[in-house]
Amino acid sequence: MKLSTRSGERIAKILIWTAAVFVLAVLLFIIIYILARGIPVISWSFLTEMPRSMGREGGIASAVVGTLLVTTVAILIAAPFGIGTAFYLAEYTKEGVITRIIRFCAESLAGIPSIVYGLFGFIFFVIYLNLGWSVLSGGLTLAFMILPTIIRTSEEAILAVPKIYREVSFSLSATKTQTIFKVVLPSALRGIANGIILGLGRCIAETAAVMLTAGSALRMAFSLFDSTRTMAVHFYILAVEGISMENAYGTAALLIILIFLINVVFNALVNRFVR
Amino acid sequence: MKKTFKDKLSERIFLALALSSISALALITVFIIIQGAPIIGSVGIFNFIFGMTWAPSQGEFGIFPMIVGTLAVTLGAMVLGVPIGICSAVFLAEFAPVPVRNMFRPAIQLLAGIPSVVYGFWGLIFIVPLIRDYLGGPGLSILAGSIVLAIMILPTVISITEVSIIALPRTYKEGALALGMSHWQAIYSVQLPAAKSGIVAAVILGTGRAIGETMAVIMVLGNAPALPRSILDPVRTLTTNIGIEMGYATGDHRQALFATGIVLFILIMTLNITAQYITRKKKQK
Amino acid sequence: MHSKFEIINFSFYYNEKRVLNSLNLNIRANEILSVLGPANSGITTLLRALNRLSDLDRGVRFEGDILLDGKSIFAPDVSATALRRRVGMVFEVPTPLPISIYENIAYGLKVNGKMSKNQISERVEYALRKAALWDEVKDRQHIPAMSLSGGQQQRMCIARVIALNPEVILIDRSCSGLDPISTAKFEESLVELKEQVTVVLAPHNVQQASRISDRIAFILMGDLVEEGPCEKILTTPDDKRTYDYVTGRFG
Repeated sequence: MKLSTRSGERIAKILIWTAAVFVLAVLLFIIIYILARGIPVISWSFLTEMPRSMGREGGIASAVVGTLLVTTVAILIAAPFGIGTAFYLAEYTKEGVITRIIRFCAESLAGIPSIVYGLFGFIFFVIYLNLGWSVLSGGLTLAFMILPTIIRTSEEAILAVPKIYREVSFSLSATKTQTIFKVVLPSALRGIANGIILGLGRCIAETAAVMLTAGSALRMAFSLFDSTRTMAVHFYILAVEGISMENAYGTAALLIILIFLINVVFNALVNRFVR
Repeated sequence: MKKTFKDKLSERIFLALALSSISALALITVFIIIQGAPIIGSVGIFNFIFGMTWAPSQGEFGIFPMIVGTLAVTLGAMVLGVPIGICSAVFLAEFAPVPVRNMFRPAIQLLAGIPSVVYGFWGLIFIVPLIRDYLGGPGLSILAGSIVLAIMILPTVISITEVSIIALPRTYKEGALALGMSHWQAIYSVQLPAAKSGIVAAVILGTGRAIGETMAVIMVLGNAPALPRSILDPVRTLTTNIGIEMGYATGDHRQALFATGIVLFILIMTLNITAQYITRKKKQK
Repeated sequence: MHSKFEIINFSFYYNEKRVLNSLNLNIRANEILSVLGPANSGITTLLRALNRLSDLDRGVRFEGDILLDGKSIFAPDVSATALRRRVGMVFEVPTPLPISIYENIAYGLKVNGKMSKNQISERVEYALRKAALWDEVKDRQHIPAMSLSGGQQQRMCIARVIALNPEVILIDRSCSGLDPISTAKFEESLVELKEQVTVVLAPHNVQQASRISDRIAFILMGDLVEEGPCEKILTTPDDKRTYDYVTGRFG
């Protein structure tokens, strides 16, 4: 009996270690697989040249710009709404009906698949508001999509600010508004920024929702009303339609590097400038 | 408490911002339903959900094969992903040496950040040929989709499970050890049962992610809108149905895709609400 | 001597649990009043009520009244912010805000506006001198306040309150973590302050109360047992419970 529990335990431990090693191995394998084939493709001209013959030749400059534009729109719209919601939930209300409804909606939004956001963005922004396939439609759709991420991370960051800071601020005769902006916001900034970075990453990685709303035009977007193609969409089209495996690997590698860099650079910046 | 004018004003502004998520959910629900409901009405809800043929050009809109496809691929992903995910979470929470843990966590984050199309692409060029060569069939199959999705839901399952194990009061584990249990017995008979609701929530949220994923599975499923007979058959899911055809659909066809969206939406909302209910009950305890 | 605070039949409830029982107490202007008692007697609650910091807590309720210079601090036309400008608070744990020393002390001035940069920096220097901290930090006012030692942080918290020129300063067991030298400096600055302000102090022990208070009020389980001049309470109190507490046979 004793022996069997001990050997059972040993097997369980082995299983757990195997699972963990397996997860890490798969992750490394996928990343290395893509990077090994993609990095040689990436060059200055790959980044700065326009795609030619559907992306078979040339670079991905317009897709880089498209990603940048769509993501910027999404963050600029979602950040104030998301952070504002977080402050409302964390600082203003007692737990009650309103907070419960807001939380329910935010959590539900978080679970909605991106393809549904795409459907909605298509019918609402592209057709109903007549914005067409455009940077604006794509950015607004993504803003809806990342709103719950920003709400959740910001609220966590705000709740992590010690209560005593607020009390000190109030005891020094600050108003609630002053307390929020002068004490709570600066202290929560790091966590809030982290939420924005998460949202940024999701925007860059998103394909389904932007394809249905920003379109897939290969030319350079010059205004918010131009259709554009993000890097993720470009990669998808290159790969699925078999246009150029080489450029597909290059684009995929660039996406992974970009997401990795954003996280690393962000952490470095935060450590440098935020307490 | 007496408030200054500015305080009242800022509270109003914050409230207005906070209403955004309510209006977002309302807008999404309303617009998807307005677009999709008419076609369900004209085809008939039974024929739409249980119809076996999807032939938009002939005006036949039955999504039963896609519902089966979604369930099959998702189930496969859960069977493969959940045990590995829970084991990894236990590893992280209980066994991992600190340096390993410090490396593992960001790695999981990165795993979650990689675009789903990249997973799909990797599945297409690596998993699909493996299946074709060793197991037969076209390779593009339920199995390929399940493998790719299993990897994609790992971050969700691992992080939520780990958090719910770590969040347990230390006394649970210490009490179990004090009763003479071994570390493993403490995990198996005290900690995991106590973290059950968190683990269930992790599984449900993982299921939601798997059901909702589009681009990765488009690339590896083969997308045939017919009932599969084995896990090596190609299949189409609700999401891929929309993803593939939305680009060119018009008229009734487009409406039918929105109707597919409604079914997907209801499925996901049911899961969401269940998960929220479970986590809320846990918090109240 | 006129009463700064008049506490009249004041009861306070947390979630319907009574923590202060019909307190009646006058606090005179320009005195140091020590409110003495074992932990969880409701002393912190009393101090928090005096500048309405208790407004921030949920599930609280009070009965009775507190008058400041004869006017109820709970009157509808009294704003909590204006009250807190007059009645400052030093917390049990020294809590610098995560900004520089200078910004910490200027915080209360800046949120009230209407002061020029020069006025503010003069006021900061004044407050630091009063709190006996000026010599130690005058050349490094812009370093993070967190990098000060515990005793310095405590005096900075006093300076932060002084900068607002309050009429009353509430001090909640503020020396518990300090070494004897820091405590001495802290107490010195309190005695000096007495000329301009009224100090309500929850001393961290009986010895501290004996060193600096003019009068002592003894509170036990939410009841005011007795109050009186310092020597009387410490040597010949009327109530046996007070005697037991101050002589250390209690709690």
